[in-house]
Amino acid sequence: MKRFLGFVRKEFIHILRDPRTMAILFGIPVIEMLLFGFVISNEIKDVSIAVYDQSRDADTRNLINKLASSGYFKLMHEVSGPGDLTALFKKGEVKEIVVFEPFFSKKLHEQHKASVQLITDASEPNVATMIMNYTSSVIQGYLNEVNNGTALPLQLDLRVRMVYNENLRSVYMFVPGIIVVILMLISAMMTSVSLTREKEHGTMEVLLASPLRPVQIIIGKVIPYIVLAFINIIVILILSYTVYGLPVQGSLVLLLAEALLFCIMALSLGIMISTIAETQLVAMFISMVGLMMPTILLSGFIFPVESLPKVLQWISAVMPARWFIVIVKGIMIKGSAFEHVWKETLIITGFALLFILITIKKFKQRLE
Amino acid sequence: MRTILFLIQKEFLQIFRNKTLLPVIFGVPFIQLIIFVNVMTFDLKEVKITVVDNDHSVYSRKLVSRFKGSSLFRVSERNISLHEAEDQMLRSQTDVILVIPRGFEKKLVKEHKGETQVLINAVNAMSAEIIHGYVNSIAYEVSKEIMVDLKLFRQMAGRKIIQVTPSFWYNQDLNYKIYMLPGICIILVSIVSVFLTAMNIVREKEIGTIEQINVTPIKRHQFIIGKLIPFYLIALFLFTIGISVGWFFYHVPVNGSLALLYGVITLYLVGALGLGLFISAISETQQQVLFTCFLILIVFIIMSGLFTPVESMPRWAQYLNVVNPFVYIIRAMRMILLKGSGFHDLIPEIAALTVYGAAMLSFAINTYRKRA
Repeated sequence: MKRFLGFVRKEFIHILRDPRTMAILFGIPVIEMLLFGFVISNEIKDVSIAVYDQSRDADTRNLINKLASSGYFKLMHEVSGPGDLTALFKKGEVKEIVVFEPFFSKKLHEQHKASVQLITDASEPNVATMIMNYTSSVIQGYLNEVNNGTALPLQLDLRVRMVYNENLRSVYMFVPGIIVVILMLISAMMTSVSLTREKEHGTMEVLLASPLRPVQIIIGKVIPYIVLAFINIIVILILSYTVYGLPVQGSLVLLLAEALLFCIMALSLGIMISTIAETQLVAMFISMVGLMMPTILLSGFIFPVESLPKVLQWISAVMPARWFIVIVKGIMIKGSAFEHVWKETLIITGFALLFILITIKKFKQRLE
Repeated sequence: MRTILFLIQKEFLQIFRNKTLLPVIFGVPFIQLIIFVNVMTFDLKEVKITVVDNDHSVYSRKLVSRFKGSSLFRVSERNISLHEAEDQMLRSQTDVILVIPRGFEKKLVKEHKGETQVLINAVNAMSAEIIHGYVNSIAYEVSKEIMVDLKLFRQMAGRKIIQVTPSFWYNQDLNYKIYMLPGICIILVSIVSVFLTAMNIVREKEIGTIEQINVTPIKRHQFIIGKLIPFYLIALFLFTIGISVGWFFYHVPVNGSLALLYGVITLYLVGALGLGLFISAISETQQQVLFTCFLILIVFIIMSGLFTPVESMPRWAQYLNVVNPFVYIIRAMRMILLKGSGFHDLIPEIAALTVYGAAMLSFAINTYRKRA
């Protein structure tokens, strides 16, 4: 036991003596939390637009003022001829051009129908759709004024309630996602790299020749990473509570227990990778492209699983991270209890056992 | 000159004889490109909706059948209570609950007013908002249908209408793939150029072979050029593959000039390779390189405008983005490929990338020391 503790101490020293890596490891979750919370946003504000007003009358003036003062748009140009439209878009100066037909007011008041063309730069399709919707709603608002607020003769009122997330905040999506990415990064990636490093430097053989049993070596190797991972999870939870006001609805103990399970799964995955890879570079590439990318992309962290193509949905089903995200979201946001997430827990346990089994087999082979 | 050629030859030999790394460098980006492009969309494919119909009237069924008719919603109408439906939502078996109250039809006929309750699972705020939009438009369709049914259209006659015609230039079908693909190519190319360069040099440090090079008469600039050119060529090769895949399989248009495209990407790569070199100069172990690259790339990519528009970011983020090369290159790529912008349209981006490349390279050359 004393021998084992000494070994664990050695591992801690190995990690702690590289202050930059430590700083980055603790920095990444904090930076990610802040970036996702404050930088990533689809909000439409001050979008540069141009108008091509062919009628220049009271109504078009009013509408242009409405658009400019809505807060969504910033009027950059008044185009005088159809030829200028392309040039504006090519320079990327404006994202939308509002074209009013000639005799707009006249048509609106005499024929009760006038038309506006909204040309958007759809090289950014999501932005284009949003700009379109916002512009239409401003126009609709103006129209209601013109019509003196006469309501439609029939009203079908939908009282929509956004369950679990009344204010539609993105925190509810990214906090569970960041927890998963950090656990993967520390548990799987760092373990695989640090074990391969011992192999590359030849110190693994020294360790194996020592009186420590292989199981002890492996466990001693992973303990520091479990500690690191847990500190990070707690930092993330504290940040999400203090900065974003997102409490853990369900049981904190259950959440941490599930995190520990996922940690063990990721660690066994990391060890498995290290038995395959011969150099650190290969280990890194396998864990980066084979683990991090799929974790980020296919787990429903940023892009919802339901909107993936069918084939990728199947692939995502064998991603442990996907199930873990369901668990974390459930416990943190919906306040799910164990009875709601036992299936997902079972799946992760299954993965963990599978990886441990493969590792034991591989590890023995290497000893011979 | 000959020295540089030998160095380049040596690098290529080392890269190509590593049989585990080779497929990783060339195969994985290809697979990633295909997966990324398909994943990075915010379109909803199927939304599960549970109906709690307490009215069982003609109009309530009309509303439900509208949902059934839409290709987005999959309706489940087993007779269940609101409580059971909420439990389903807790278990993630349903995304939307539509509650039609008793007397829904009666109120519509008598008071011309109808009320329903819609519960949307909003854990994913973005999807919830899109679903909300769809639900609203369906309700609008149904209300028009009911208006016709109740012969209320005459009351509409006095209303003025402004007809809005949208036209989406450069991407009529709002195809998300051709929007994402250029940016994804840039990410793949960047990983190779920044990460591989830095790893390669630090590996020489770790193994000790860099000292062998340091004692040869090879000059500093020769060593650096010899290191950078192979990775430049690999990155350019991957970029070409990426754009070709996009053009062949996803119909990404190439509207601008190819010369301009390759010119801009070369400028960008000089900066990216310089960044890799710089990271290698300040790192001692491959692990350090890994985490430093990871941090820098993740921050740059999140802030690059690949996923969400740069203009929507807060002001401080926009100031920080001045030093983010991804912002310029991704914008330039989209402009050249999708809009066919020319040299004059791109002067700000080209200037920024040139400054960035020059700065990174000179910075890296100055930090790299020939020493034991």
